[in-house]
Amino acid sequence: MAINYLYPDFEVQRNESRCITCRVCERQCANLVHHYDAETGRMTSDESLCVNCHRCVSLCPTRALKIVKTDHVFKENANWRGEVIQDIYRQAETGGVLLASMGTPKPYPVYWDKMLINASQVTNPSIDPLREPMETTTFLGKKSTTIRRDEQGKLITDTTPQLKLAIPIMFSAMSYGSISYNAHKSLALAAEQLGTFYNTGEGGLHEDFYRHGKNTIVQVASGRFGVHPGYLNAGAAIEIKMGQGAKPGIGGHLPGSKIGQDISKTRMIPLHSDAISPAPHHDIYSIEDLRQLVYALKEATNYTKPVIVKVAAVHNISAIASGIARSGADIIAIDGFRGGTGAAPARIRDNVGIPIELALASVDERLRAEGIRNQVSLVVGGSIRSSADVIKAIALGADAIYIATSALIALGCHLCRTCHSGKCNWGIATQNPELVKRLNPEIGSEHLVNLLTAWNHEIKEMMGGMGINSIEALKGNRLMLRGIGLCDAELRILGISHAGA
Amino acid sequence: MKRVYVNEAWCLGCHLCEYYCAYANSGLTDMVKALKDKVIRPRLTIEQEGTISFAVSCRHCTEPLCMKSCIAGAISCKDGLIVIDQSKCVNCYSCIMACPYGALMPSEEQVMQKCELCATNSHGQPVCVQGCPNKAIVYEER
Repeated sequence: MAINYLYPDFEVQRNESRCITCRVCERQCANLVHHYDAETGRMTSDESLCVNCHRCVSLCPTRALKIVKTDHVFKENANWRGEVIQDIYRQAETGGVLLASMGTPKPYPVYWDKMLINASQVTNPSIDPLREPMETTTFLGKKSTTIRRDEQGKLITDTTPQLKLAIPIMFSAMSYGSISYNAHKSLALAAEQLGTFYNTGEGGLHEDFYRHGKNTIVQVASGRFGVHPGYLNAGAAIEIKMGQGAKPGIGGHLPGSKIGQDISKTRMIPLHSDAISPAPHHDIYSIEDLRQLVYALKEATNYTKPVIVKVAAVHNISAIASGIARSGADIIAIDGFRGGTGAAPARIRDNVGIPIELALASVDERLRAEGIRNQVSLVVGGSIRSSADVIKAIALGADAIYIATSALIALGCHLCRTCHSGKCNWGIATQNPELVKRLNPEIGSEHLVNLLTAWNHEIKEMMGGMGINSIEALKGNRLMLRGIGLCDAELRILGISHAGA
Repeated sequence: MKRVYVNEAWCLGCHLCEYYCAYANSGLTDMVKALKDKVIRPRLTIEQEGTISFAVSCRHCTEPLCMKSCIAGAISCKDGLIVIDQSKCVNCYSCIMACPYGALMPSEEQVMQKCELCATNSHGQPVCVQGCPNKAIVYEER
């Protein structure tokens, strides 16, 4: 290229006094940043190829490497920032839509960080979870509104199908294709061990994983990839994906290069053909149409599995959720705009949708006001980063939480946001067998189990502090939350008071 | 007896085990000092062809051919662990000829060296196992 307008974002800094030229950086970089110069006996690097995934940094045995942000700058401009200018250069050169991965990095407000949790003092006792029982088991599904008894006066307990979660956290949808076989296996093994669920995403279920069916939620999306009666009956629940937080209003696109033998078979599409999910479900243009699909799936599984409808958090989400609740769905999953993705147009990811905190609060409020909150469970996701976020989401009205980005980070993801390149050095968002094997599911599942076990400990500690010994008693308990630095409109939507009030 | 086993399905061919081995047996406490600008002589070797790789080190055979072949009585078996007394080695290479795994090799001082499961150096536990990023090398009873 005659003129290169783009200067690399990062610099690879090698501490020459520590480098032992073991060449692990070179061997482990799928982006070919590092090279060994036999003439000088030294390592060299081409930082223009670096995506800052830290694979080399993490494996360097002498900590000789670090990646720093370049201090090369454009002339300071609060409006035409460097990233804005660079995006224009990129599009001027390629004429293409800018692609991005994972959740938006833009500095939108994170309302989790603007809410504080209550604790007991003097007038009500706090509880020590190490000494007293503390319940985090959660059931998802329709709850009956009346108590019915048979002729002998015994309770009739024939509830509609429920999902039983030992902890109120599930792994949300990531398709086999967008993530690797080993990443899926790690999630499946961890879900089984933790007594919770992972979600197939829209790419079908690999035949090896049918054995984890009782901990699997199978997804039906607009592309209907890999959907057949055996698949629908393999899981514990079925999720209809209407939208995804990172890219509301559009479908997915898995390039043909990633559709190898296994994925082609699992998705039931020709080898190396692009897997394009349409933006809408072509058979759903109304709540009535959604109801037809919900009941078609229930029919196909003999009414033994709860049906989840997943939507992205968008404007009027409460009206949408009300419609879904009336469509016969058992669970509504809402994905906030900070949620992740394996690839999305950058402008959509960064500008479409609303924060999950506001969506959750308004949906819970609306369903209660309409007297239909018991008809559905609410599951929320879209950047839940810690046990504190989980507690706050449940206090705002969620029944359970979906995590995916946090789970991938536990598997080694460093949020370099280049999943769409297919060259994930951590073996997660890639289908290259040489890269996939870098994620050993034995290690991966152990990390996932550790993460959620740790979060569950923290959840119990915080619940105990509030004097609450059951997650049920925290659900929708907004008195346990106070806003900090929020305006009246935000406090009204969240349904909480300001700190000090 | 616990031995080092490899699982080639998880070996990434990163060669870190070789460097950790060389460091562990250097007697030094600083990896940089031990390995910088040196030709390393690890006691295990990554065998690699195409996309398949795995680490090969002493199997600590129950019938050690190296020990049987040693003309100087330098190689002995201590509770299943095959060790070499380098002060007795006469550099005849008989053990190299006898070992079907290629698990013995000349050290920097020319006398033979072999994996002793880090039991005879200051680390106590096999450092290749600790250093493997993907559990492709494990130390276990089988």
